[in-house]
Amino acid sequence: MAYSEKVLDHYENPRNVGSMDKSDPHVGTGMVGAPACGDVMKLQIKVGDDGIIQDAKFKTYGCGSAIASSSLVTEWIKGKTLDQVMEIKNSDIAEELALPPVKIHCSVLAEDAIRAAVADLKAKQSSAKVAA
Amino acid sequence: MSVKTPIYLDYSATTPVDKRVAEKMIPYLTEHFGNPASRSHAFGWTAEEAVENAREEVAKLVNADPREIVWTSGATESNNLAIKGAAHFYSGKGKHIVTMQTEHKAVIDPVRELERVGFESTFLSPEPNGLLDIEKFRAALRPDTVLASVMLVNNEIGVIQDIVAIGNICREQGIIFHVDAAQATGKVAIDLEQLPVDLMSFSAHKTYGPKGIGALYVRRKPRIRIEAQMHGGGHERGMRSGTLATHQIVGMGEAFRIAREEMALENVRIRRLRDKLLSGLQEIEEVYVNGDLDQRVPHNLNISFNFVEGESLIMAVKDIAVSSGSACTSASLEPSYVLRALGRSDELAHSSIRFSIGRFTTEEEIDFTVALMKDKIGKLRELSPLWEMYQDGIDLNSVQWAAH
Repeated sequence: MAYSEKVLDHYENPRNVGSMDKSDPHVGTGMVGAPACGDVMKLQIKVGDDGIIQDAKFKTYGCGSAIASSSLVTEWIKGKTLDQVMEIKNSDIAEELALPPVKIHCSVLAEDAIRAAVADLKAKQSSAKVAA
Repeated sequence: MSVKTPIYLDYSATTPVDKRVAEKMIPYLTEHFGNPASRSHAFGWTAEEAVENAREEVAKLVNADPREIVWTSGATESNNLAIKGAAHFYSGKGKHIVTMQTEHKAVIDPVRELERVGFESTFLSPEPNGLLDIEKFRAALRPDTVLASVMLVNNEIGVIQDIVAIGNICREQGIIFHVDAAQATGKVAIDLEQLPVDLMSFSAHKTYGPKGIGALYVRRKPRIRIEAQMHGGGHERGMRSGTLATHQIVGMGEAFRIAREEMALENVRIRRLRDKLLSGLQEIEEVYVNGDLDQRVPHNLNISFNFVEGESLIMAVKDIAVSSGSACTSASLEPSYVLRALGRSDELAHSSIRFSIGRFTTEEEIDFTVALMKDKIGKLRELSPLWEMYQDGIDLNSVQWAAH
């Protein structure tokens, strides 16, 4: 499998690897994929009161393209609003990393991870409002 | 530590030709180029003598009569000739074949081909340690079973099947017994005068000989008959036509001579290296050896690394040349069918590595490999959400995954 230089760079030097406290009301966690399918991505975002993503962390079990896709999105989403990151398309990720057709599913998974993290955060915030 | 990378640890895929073998082959390409079938001049006689000397060397390694050795292009052809040749010759007796799920494709596919022309087959599953349960084998036999084929040493997991017990049952019931020994020569002692085996396949290139040459042992007492699969000039007593590749044959003979003389010492050295590799890798948490560790050649160590994904693992270990249980390198995403047959999960089958050690492996290379694996597995696990969950005590089987 020939990987693009960008994939290799993210694979060798993944950005923003790590975990944040899941129970923090400012943290949204998205976990997508399944071990049997060969990919599991966990993406976490931390959002300030201004609605801007201050930090992002990921962990990925998967091939080089899956690791690179999730590493790349952590770079992209920092400093953006939730509405802005919902506009990121898997095709943007695939294009940036020059993913071959058999690896497009990795970019789809990364897009799903963003959506899952945002949905988790929104659910947390709305339940917090109900409680208040 | 100075080692040249990538380090070759894929001796079960193929071996380098031993320099002594290569030197012996060369004159048979240039000076002694005669056709061994030419009976009317010295060029032919010289080539024929070289072929017969090599046949004797091959026979000696496995304690057979040289007249029981038929040259082929390799173990794949030997398996085809043995299985299709015997099944067709004895098809009047019955049309049922018994073999294993963990056989090499060069056995599985000829059996599948026979199914297409009216034979029936039973593919036995191994025990979780890769070995065949003899009672299950006995129970699978039918009155119309004509042929059984079980490999001696498995190519992926290195386990050694009990071909004495299997062969004895075949003898009792008058079933032809074929053994694929491509991975066994120079690794385990083979004595065909004692073994209850009728047909046995050999390859040169797994034992420091050249690619493109192999042999099939065909028992003379009691005489086993096979139908030729390659028709032509009637070479090799009519069992395999085609001009003999003298230089390749000379190479196989020399490789098998060296194996006979050096295997005892070589295996001691290789076992020591294997033990060192194994104990080093076992310092890593959550590793699983695939296949029985005792009934196994020391040359093979097949290990699954839990919570890391197969393809990224292969990317991480590019400084060592190894085989992976994950077929991601090929077109399909299917994990190894051998590991699946042992009952390994897809994840563990994907994240397996076959290390195979050989004649030119050094202790420094083993040390380098252990250090590399510790470092890379550590890095990949740091990246792995599954490893994190495992560390947190979460049972991954209880998680509802969103399959995609």
